[in-house]
Amino acid sequence: MLLNNRSKNLYQEVILDHNKNPRNYSQPERFSHFAKGNNPLCGDKLDLFLLLNDEKIVEEIGFIGDGCAISKASASIMTTVVKGKHIDEVRKLFDGFHNMAVGNISASEDPALRRLRVFEGVKDLPARVKCATLAWHTLDAALNNKEIISTE
Amino acid sequence: MQTTAELSTLAFTNTPGFVREYRKDFPILDRMVYEKPLVFLDNAASTQMPSQVMETITAYHSFHHANVHRGVHQLSQEASELYEGAREKIRAFIGASSEREVIFTSGTTDSINLVANSYGGYNLKQGDVILISEMEHHANIVPWYMVARRTGAIIKVIPILDDGTLDMNALHEMIRDEKVKILCVNHVSNALGTINPVAEICALCREKGIITVIDGAQAVSHDSVDVKSIGADFYAFSGHKMHGPTGIGILYGREDILKGMEPFKGGGDMILSVSFEHIEWNELPFKFEAGTPPIAQAIGLGAAADYLNSLDRVEVKKYEDSLLHYAEEKLITVPGLRIVGKAANKVSLHSFVIDGVHPHDIGSILDGEGVAVRTGQHCAEPVMKRFGIPATTRASMSFYNTFEEIDELVLALHKVTELFNVTK
Ligand SMILES: Cc1ncc(COP(=O)(O)O)c(C=O)c1O
Repeated sequence: MLLNNRSKNLYQEVILDHNKNPRNYSQPERFSHFAKGNNPLCGDKLDLFLLLNDEKIVEEIGFIGDGCAISKASASIMTTVVKGKHIDEVRKLFDGFHNMAVGNISASEDPALRRLRVFEGVKDLPARVKCATLAWHTLDAALNNKEIISTE
Repeated sequence: MQTTAELSTLAFTNTPGFVREYRKDFPILDRMVYEKPLVFLDNAASTQMPSQVMETITAYHSFHHANVHRGVHQLSQEASELYEGAREKIRAFIGASSEREVIFTSGTTDSINLVANSYGGYNLKQGDVILISEMEHHANIVPWYMVARRTGAIIKVIPILDDGTLDMNALHEMIRDEKVKILCVNHVSNALGTINPVAEICALCREKGIITVIDGAQAVSHDSVDVKSIGADFYAFSGHKMHGPTGIGILYGREDILKGMEPFKGGGDMILSVSFEHIEWNELPFKFEAGTPPIAQAIGLGAAADYLNSLDRVEVKKYEDSLLHYAEEKLITVPGLRIVGKAANKVSLHSFVIDGVHPHDIGSILDGEGVAVRTGQHCAEPVMKRFGIPATTRASMSFYNTFEEIDELVLALHKVTELFNVTK
């Protein structure tokens, strides 16, 4: 069956796969930072845990939560992307991701966004931007030691 | 599931000619969304307006606009007559005894806040009980929660049964408590479609002197409503859910109760005389209408009542029932789909979940196919909790929806399950 292009752009194989088999989907044994994300509009909820080492590098990251495919896949892909990165770089990615999701920049402008560009399609679905950015906002909150955030 | 024999007892098995005629009154139904014909199945959120309503509003703005109840000049008199004329239309539409019982508000939410504050706020005491059904919209929960906090009253919840009906046994039991002063229930649930036995509930409450607050937001567009035969003390509804404009709604209240109530908001028009020492409230219903009202919207609401009266509402009801059953038969062919809310008495809406697919993904994909549905908690978080689900997808139909549109919905849902690889 043929789907509308907008849906096809967003619900790509990668996203469907991460939704079904989310990576790093557990609470790590040790963690130094934690935050809860909540998108009341959709009922998306997520707990994010991460362990920073002395050099401020993300050594461990995991999440648990419930939500739509976009929010779940975004959290899953985010964990795979930020693992092993310095928090300065993580924060830059957060900015880049946010700008891409709201359509301020194109993913092709920033090579660092290569693995995140599957979410570029949300810019055409304003109602879903919050689903895609929830995990990132939660990560930002965890790094800033704010424990509960809401994207409402 | 319906058997073929049962289905054949339904009034319609396809879209009748009169529905195609009615559709012509709604220009928006012809528009395209992403190059596909719009299939509008979000009528429980807001119904569409017929040209007759829009023309009435435009005519008011073009020829009669002025403030009401205030001027001696011709325009103000015309505007006042149109505004009060709309009130009379609504009075007749709901079978109220007098126009004094028909208060214009900004919507159901505003109506319930009025009752909660002006009735509840002054009459509830520490330890009094407010009974609220588990299937209420937040609009019939939050104002009571706020007034309970202020007065020390307690909220108790009338539970829902597995089929999405109200637990009437529990209700019988609960109203025996003499502390119960107010009972709040919707006529029709926006999350489940259940039609509640409000006449029976009001009769039971009347015997015990319990005040009934009926949220009729979802009822007025589907069937004719008569507040007297329901026996409600208060009945609230919104214009935009009965093919009228937004920003307008109604609070019906029994005159003897309204008379004894304090105003909700203060300002112009709701007073007879003002000095800094003493203020005398205006007569009913003006006591509850402070400031310049939404005049055009009220007139539009009157036109919506006229429009609904012009339909053959008995046939329309039969048609909507047929559409509901057809939709059920088709929906259950979608892999993994489960309907939430299986009451025998339902208006034409289905709330459903699909295994392994979140409603928001369903909603976005359907939107791409031109099909507008509502997804989420439908402002009824307790209902979601009761059924242990985060959210549902809701397809809510109006008399202008067709059998073919249900086919479009179901086709789009099959695309969703194919994409997400839901097999059973
Ligand atoms: C059952 C019910 N009650 C109350 C409301 C609130 O109506 P409004 O937003 O028009 O005040 C709604 C609308 O969503 C509803 O469905």
